[in-house]
Amino acid sequence: MIWDWHFAGSILPDLLRGLVVTVEATLLGYAVALGLGLVWAILRRSPSRIVGQVVRWVVEFIRSTPLLVQLFFLFFALPATGLTLSALVTGVLGLGLHYSAYTSEVYRAGIADVPVGQWEAATALNLPRRRVWAGVVLPQAVRKVIPTLANYLIAMFKDSPLLLAITVPEMLHSAYAVGAKSLRFLEPMTIVGVLFVIVSVLSSFLLRRLEFRYGNN
Amino acid sequence: MATTDSAADAVLPEDGAAGTDGIRFDGVVKRFGDNVVLRELDFSVAAGERVTLIGPSGSGKTTILRLLMTLEKVDDGVIWVDGRSLSHMRRGDRLVPADEKYLRRVRSDIGMVFQQFNLFPNMSVLRNVTEAPVHVLGLSKDEAVERARELLELVGLSDKADAHPGALSGGQQQRVAIARALAMRPKILLQDEVTSALDPELVAGVLDVLRDIANETDITMLCVTHEMGFARDVSNRVLMFDQGQIVEEGTPEKIFSEPENQRTQDFLHAVLDQH
Repeated sequence: MIWDWHFAGSILPDLLRGLVVTVEATLLGYAVALGLGLVWAILRRSPSRIVGQVVRWVVEFIRSTPLLVQLFFLFFALPATGLTLSALVTGVLGLGLHYSAYTSEVYRAGIADVPVGQWEAATALNLPRRRVWAGVVLPQAVRKVIPTLANYLIAMFKDSPLLLAITVPEMLHSAYAVGAKSLRFLEPMTIVGVLFVIVSVLSSFLLRRLEFRYGNN
Repeated sequence: MATTDSAADAVLPEDGAAGTDGIRFDGVVKRFGDNVVLRELDFSVAAGERVTLIGPSGSGKTTILRLLMTLEKVDDGVIWVDGRSLSHMRRGDRLVPADEKYLRRVRSDIGMVFQQFNLFPNMSVLRNVTEAPVHVLGLSKDEAVERARELLELVGLSDKADAHPGALSGGQQQRVAIARALAMRPKILLQDEVTSALDPELVAGVLDVLRDIANETDITMLCVTHEMGFARDVSNRVLMFDQGQIVEEGTPEKIFSEPENQRTQDFLHAVLDQH
């Protein structure tokens, strides 16, 4: 099989449309992971020991099951309970839920790093618990872990082809469709690889700048 | 939650009744693991009184302040502040362990300055001082800022309002911390070795601020300090602690000039030799 530039050019628009879906799903999933991970991390510090333990095991469970299984579960099992979501929404939720288990651990490390004196000063000032989190602890904790959190964005991006399995029209899905129709897989798969490299390298570059800005403070 | 038999037996003073103002420790016991830090401690501090706690490290002085700030819980006994227990609240005619809402109420009269300042590094100096007045006392932003600027002037840092704590010297940070505590208008100000973390040349500035506050307000002060000159200047009474108990107490003149207890004498010799 020889590389056909003309064919490669003709399928590029399709693949780029796929890339847009991939990036969309990654960014939306990442937003879910950042939000949900924060909720887990804060609940683990709940004054109620039961809440803390339950959340701990939920997070442990999410982390110990493969993303693909979770995606299948959300896509095929949830509709049985009457909740039917589009493939993309399911994919975004699946990615977000899965990675929230990781981001919650990152937040947790950042929170643990905030000196106990900060909590004590907040108590001495009688600040309400919400304010202690929002005004004192989280701004300090999150700042320190921004580079680590950003790493998970790239990891998630590279996991996004799994959404193929639940028919999200992301990039690999487009490439596979093109290949199946033309029976040429060399060009679409190569282009997918190259596009992944380009986006990943660009993101790593941005990430290093983030690290430079927030890492050594 | 530790059971506190003596709390159940204690006669409950009426809220706000005469003679109950100030702080009273009633048979207070505090342990960390097997280590008994305070053993059956009894003492009181009248409203407006300035009391200095001295004694070797590990003698329980800091623990007393931390218990008063509700950063620690007593294992036994009761601490009363203006007639209210810090560990238990009344429900019907029974005493039950204090909940967060109750604690927030009793804490509102108490402020604390820490050895390590503990300013919020993510906020400007001004916001450090306005944060609690706005979010706890419900002051408007303008009122809080006005109050904060007055206090920053009092501690001599008007020009640092917009700086971040990281840009200040230790002495300046500690003076901001004092302003931050005072912004809540506490009746009681706890000072936990506030100059111990400072370079020697910065100590005087902080102590001068505290002297001014002692002279110009009637705030109750409990100081843990190794600055004996300061203790002599501001306190009405000095308590000498050793192994979780008071071994001697009296006016600063008496304690510093003619201590009776051997352990007080040894301690003062050791401290004064360092200076």
